[in-house]
Amino acid sequence: MTHWYILSVVGKDRPGIVSHVTSALYEGGCNLGEASMIRLGDSFTIMMMVRHDGTVKSLQYLLATVADSMGLHVHIDKLDGHLHRHVEPDVQITVYGADRPGIVAHVTGALAEAGLNIVNLDSDVGGSEDQPIYIMHIDGVAGEGIVALQSALDVVIKEGVEAKLTPIETMIG
Amino acid sequence: MALLEILRYPDPRLKQESDSVENFDDSLRTIIADLEETMRAGPGGVGIAAPQTGHFIRVVIVDVSSKPKIEQHGRMVMVNPEIISYDGFAKGREGCMSVPDYTGNVIRAENIEVEYFDEFGEKRSVKSSGFEARAIQHELDHLEGLLFLDRLVSRRSDLFKRKVYK
Repeated sequence: MTHWYILSVVGKDRPGIVSHVTSALYEGGCNLGEASMIRLGDSFTIMMMVRHDGTVKSLQYLLATVADSMGLHVHIDKLDGHLHRHVEPDVQITVYGADRPGIVAHVTGALAEAGLNIVNLDSDVGGSEDQPIYIMHIDGVAGEGIVALQSALDVVIKEGVEAKLTPIETMIG
Repeated sequence: MALLEILRYPDPRLKQESDSVENFDDSLRTIIADLEETMRAGPGGVGIAAPQTGHFIRVVIVDVSSKPKIEQHGRMVMVNPEIISYDGFAKGREGCMSVPDYTGNVIRAENIEVEYFDEFGEKRSVKSSGFEARAIQHELDHLEGLLFLDRLVSRRSDLFKRKVYK
């Protein structure tokens, strides 16, 4: 049986992780789908849809050699999903401020209550070691409309983070 | 009038350049009527370029009047269009009837001025901004064999370029 799996890979960053992992999958007859790969801290992380003609075990087996030689942690979940299931975000929210605990929990809590479904979230810490700043960028679907989200965001802004909401008007031409 | 078939990437014909229109005759206007019907039947339906339907002539239609509260000029049929000035830039999200199930961010000029001929060969020009200017630039790209895929910008890195100042 052919199934889609979600493969998660984490390991200390070094050149060649993507090529080695994907070569092993290709040679094992897998097909790749949507993916997100990024360096976080000193690690490199992969989250990727993989179509594989076999089980979680046989997929793990395909990756065993590369995982071992490159020091990668591999995790596999069977996925009850498919390609071509994109959700089109209609709102973009950017948040930044002096880094402190709780920004994400606070902001996304308020937004979730106002109907936001997050499609994509990137965040980063910049600034300097003694004065770090937190930056977060969200694409999402405003389930209860833009006005509700803006009101939620206005409350958050009063409490001291910078936040900006921009509707996304996708131009289909 | 007829609905035309939309070419979909990876059809190689989408990457070819289109020819200038020489004759403003009834056969041109028939293609334009079919194009417009096809555009309005599509999702979003704010623009179409002739080569998307296998007519490799320099004709586009843009009509963003269905979008509320934006600056716009209604229905514009542009034959042999030429952008004669660009100003500013903005990032926005685009999709394309020729590239289903994918959207991405593209940088476009915020303000443009376009010279073109209408379907009767009358010379015209328009100054356009924002969403409408984006639609015009997207459609004109089709005439050069370019898709928005050729102009994608990264989801992350265009927002906050991190630099180390020493």
